Amino acid sequence: MKDAAFISQLVIPAFILFTVLYAAGKKVRVYDSFVAGAKEGPRIMFKIFPYLLAIFVAIKAFQASGAFEFLRQTLSGSFSALGIPPEVLSVAMIKPLSGSAATAIFTDIVKTAGPDSPAGRISAVIIGSAETTFYVLALYLGAVNIRRTGYLLPVCLIADAFGILIAIAVVKLMF
Amino acid sequence: MNFVWVVLIAVSMIAAFFSGGPEAVTKAMFDGARAAVEISIFLLGIVSLWLGIARVIEDSGLIHHIAHAFRPLMSRLFKDIPGDHPAITSISLNLLANFFGLGNAATPIGIKAMQDLQTLNKDKDSLSFEMMLFIVLNTASIQLVPFTVVGILAEFGSAAPSGIVLPTICATTVSAAVALGILFLFRVLMR
Repeated sequence: MKDAAFISQLVIPAFILFTVLYAAGKKVRVYDSFVAGAKEGPRIMFKIFPYLLAIFVAIKAFQASGAFEFLRQTLSGSFSALGIPPEVLSVAMIKPLSGSAATAIFTDIVKTAGPDSPAGRISAVIIGSAETTFYVLALYLGAVNIRRTGYLLPVCLIADAFGILIAIAVVKLMF
Repeated sequence: MNFVWVVLIAVSMIAAFFSGGPEAVTKAMFDGARAAVEISIFLLGIVSLWLGIARVIEDSGLIHHIAHAFRPLMSRLFKDIPGDHPAITSISLNLLANFFGLGNAATPIGIKAMQDLQTLNKDKDSLSFEMMLFIVLNTASIQLVPFTVVGILAEFGSAAPSGIVLPTICATTVSAAVALGILFLFRVLMR
């Protein structure tokens, strides 16, 4: 595991080293080229910011208003009936909205239910295999200022729901 | 997005009246605005950094070699991207960075990939299918080793923290395949 982590940490420095040396070998003015590219950054972030703001405000309000908690409690009954630990639902529902909140809840589950409990394992797989969908959407749609998103959002949300069921199934099968 | 945003905001405001916490909701919205600024400033740094590196890759011609290496794989999924388009390279590098769990490289390169895809888009106001495909691949979060998760499991005394790696890879692979299936199904249904 330590080796895998080390190799992963090595990827970026090795890639940047190779890129810079390769460019220098091709007689590119590397520094000027880098600065010219980086100059685009502020323009793009200016464009993305309002999208991020809109989504963050909506998600925070949704969490704080009690609406999220109400939805979670309504659904947790059906989860328990299916023999799935209800804590898993908290992680599954928060992950598409907020990565840091999901990690915090996951840490809490590991602490209280134990790292090798079904709840701990299922939420570990969910954290590892799901993405903060709304954040990714705000960023990537904001980057190109697109208004008409077609059927992307239903696809992502249905895929997220399946992702949770798949995570539960995989843990039940493999442990 | 418009529909989702209106629902989220409206439901939150109405729920705030019933749960007796309108103050908490107001505070949460300001917190959200602050979080958006903080994340944007962080992103400004890494996005500019990777756009700088991306320009070096373009100017040195390395972009053609990367595109050449990944073209066979990419043209299978992204059928409408011409062989030597910059989007091939940015998409490949984004997926690789995701695979290695390097979010701080994957996100900026993903933003670049969206812009490269936009240059190919015929209707600049609507998402192309290529863009949807790219976003769905990103939200499927294909990752080799979930280091954060393994770290937390180890910290709280799991007997075999890395035992979670294989199930996670299985789950993420199956969900990615299902997500792509749903996307292609919608394309057929919506036509």
